[in-house]
Amino acid sequence: MRPVHLPSSLAELWDLMAAHPGAALLAGGSDLLVRLRQGLGDPPALIGLERIVELGRVQAQEPGWLFLGAMATHSLLLEHPLVREHLPILRQALAVLGSPLIRNQGTLGGNLCTASPAGDTLAPLYALEAQVEVRSASASRRLGMGDFILGPGRTALKPGEVLYGVWVPQQPAWSIAHFEKVGRRQALAIAVVSLAALIARDESGLVTRARLAWGSVGPTVLRVPAAEEALLGRPLDDASLQAAAQLARQALSPIDDGRASAAYRRQVAGNLLLRLARRGS
Amino acid sequence: MVKIEFILNGRPKVVDAAPDRRVVDLLRQDLGLTGVKEACGAGECGACTILLDGLPRLSCLLLAAQLQGRQVLTIEGLASAQGPHPVQAAFAQAGAVQCGFCTPGMVLSSVALLERQARPSRQEIRQALAGNLCRCTGYHKIVDAVALAAGPGEDQA
Repeated sequence: MRPVHLPSSLAELWDLMAAHPGAALLAGGSDLLVRLRQGLGDPPALIGLERIVELGRVQAQEPGWLFLGAMATHSLLLEHPLVREHLPILRQALAVLGSPLIRNQGTLGGNLCTASPAGDTLAPLYALEAQVEVRSASASRRLGMGDFILGPGRTALKPGEVLYGVWVPQQPAWSIAHFEKVGRRQALAIAVVSLAALIARDESGLVTRARLAWGSVGPTVLRVPAAEEALLGRPLDDASLQAAAQLARQALSPIDDGRASAAYRRQVAGNLLLRLARRGS
Repeated sequence: MVKIEFILNGRPKVVDAAPDRRVVDLLRQDLGLTGVKEACGAGECGACTILLDGLPRLSCLLLAAQLQGRQVLTIEGLASAQGPHPVQAAFAQAGAVQCGFCTPGMVLSSVALLERQARPSRQEIRQALAGNLCRCTGYHKIVDAVALAAGPGEDQA
């Protein structure tokens, strides 16, 4: 039997974390509780974050930034008017994240701290150039996604630290915000490859900004600057997208696993870019 | 063991339980509510669906301590003295039950859907039930049942 603590404030949380070193932090439980049941890990206690109200907030609280609390569930975010209005690319990913039941359970912070390269919210957050806020009893720091997520299942969280939430900067006017995930089946599937693409174009249709982030084709989500730059100043046609796709295939580092081969992932990762021609016309 | 107080099927309940006991075990084994089913135990199938404060949740991924102060509804608490809940009646009328193992979860997810959205389209019904798997694959009649419970609407496409 393992104690389960449910603090209702950050102050209580810091006391509990100090009193129970080695305790695991419980967000939605859709990963942690499955892992514990499989015998992976044996923390002396669990500290659930679900009753700390400020961790569940979603709001525009600083000019130029949207704040998404770490304990906001995927369902809450999917339905939230601020997400609907400002973050359509995150919404597209949330809509295909697990099932409605998993979305009622799982949280944004949990998805980030699990740090799976296949985590559905990650690629959009990389493309949005979001920052995460990490807090401890005595300090707060903000990191870019790439500095927070260090590898499969590894984050920059140190003992005594908690993921407080995600800050999304105000975005340029994107003409295309596109997320697509390819899995072994159409729904309720873990990504074999995913792509989050944000594209801005001028009046003549030439690309002025491009952000491309791929999931499940490397140890973390990967941006490919060479592919982004290849699109600049060009129309979103087959030739420019094929060129960018080739650069992406060279830059990504997928693995073979039970879901797909590295070669398949590499091919499909590039192919997903070609969809933008249809989205863009 | 800790004392946990919550509302179970409309009635206050106090239990002594290990705080990390899974809610599915607490409900099935300790409280005898075997309408809560367990199939995968990993959040994939929805057989263990309960309504927690009105929201469909997976009782295999909840711990007893998390129930403190909350409202739990299982299939056993759905019918009233007047008879079955309209969704239960619709499942019976539409023949939406084969082996029955997924039915409690299907019904509870459907009840929550109709609370939120009185006239869902068939597509919205399918999406709302996407986390409840029927291994008999009797999905058509399940969707029929939810549409029947919702009553005639203009967008039953």
